[in-house]
Amino acid sequence: MKAAVVVFPGSNCDRDCKVAIERSTGAKVTLVWHQETALPGGLDLIVLPGGFAYGDYLRCGAMAALSPVMAPVAAAAARGVAVAGICNGFQILCEAGLLPGALLRNAALKYVCKPVDLEIANLQTRFTAAFGDRRTARMTIGNGEGNYFADDATLDRLEGEGQVVFRYRQNPNGSARAIAGIVNDGGNILGLMPHPDRASEEDLGCADGATVFQSIMASA
Amino acid sequence: MKAVVHVFLKAGVLDVQGKAVENALHGLGWTGVHDVRVGRVIEFDIDAANPAAAETLARAMCDKLLANPVIEGYRVEIGA
Repeated sequence: MKAAVVVFPGSNCDRDCKVAIERSTGAKVTLVWHQETALPGGLDLIVLPGGFAYGDYLRCGAMAALSPVMAPVAAAAARGVAVAGICNGFQILCEAGLLPGALLRNAALKYVCKPVDLEIANLQTRFTAAFGDRRTARMTIGNGEGNYFADDATLDRLEGEGQVVFRYRQNPNGSARAIAGIVNDGGNILGLMPHPDRASEEDLGCADGATVFQSIMASA
Repeated sequence: MKAVVHVFLKAGVLDVQGKAVENALHGLGWTGVHDVRVGRVIEFDIDAANPAAAETLARAMCDKLLANPVIEGYRVEIGA
């Protein structure tokens, strides 16, 4: 199992992701600077981590979506490699057009940082299979712009096709249809506002995030 | 040539920042204020043969980077 975590200027969960993936799956994880024009060969997973890439200038994720590394990331995604964008990484995937929709300012205009209870809306994905028949998970959010938005037709399609993977049980930020995480229509690109990397061991309060990484590795 | 780009959230996308500013204005006594929208203005100089060419370039920049068409609309003004 091989994974890469992309490091943008302003990423701050890159090392957390590396450690969480290594400790929960035993995978070899490489950190890749955003200026790289190629990724290591044979990757099973690419993670775009949380943080504030480019200081959230213009719009969250807008500048990072144009970083050189995003071309090989998009190419790998097109070949079916699993890609997970966590928090700021979710924003980057939306800005890059790899996932539908956008993340708006939270409805209450507040940065929200706390553990949240999630409903696993689709257990049949590469990112949730290891949850077995568990319908709930707990992970930590930390975002000011985590309010998922898409037009109604897109939301209907996401729900109809099983692309809504995680939902908040108590919506913390005004997200449309309480969406916390979605996958693309190919099922190999995940955008997730809660942080599995911050919920990857019992010592952190909860280990459900490790199950997300283990699901990906089990499907690799 | 001078370009001024105005970027605003589309109608139908809740502008929570605008809503908060509106509530604050009401609190200060300006109760006749409605539908406050908070947007962004981006100004730049651009090399172009004429205003129409400058506008075409600026619009391409909006579609590619300056606005996110999922949530935002934009207006371009070209000056001398």
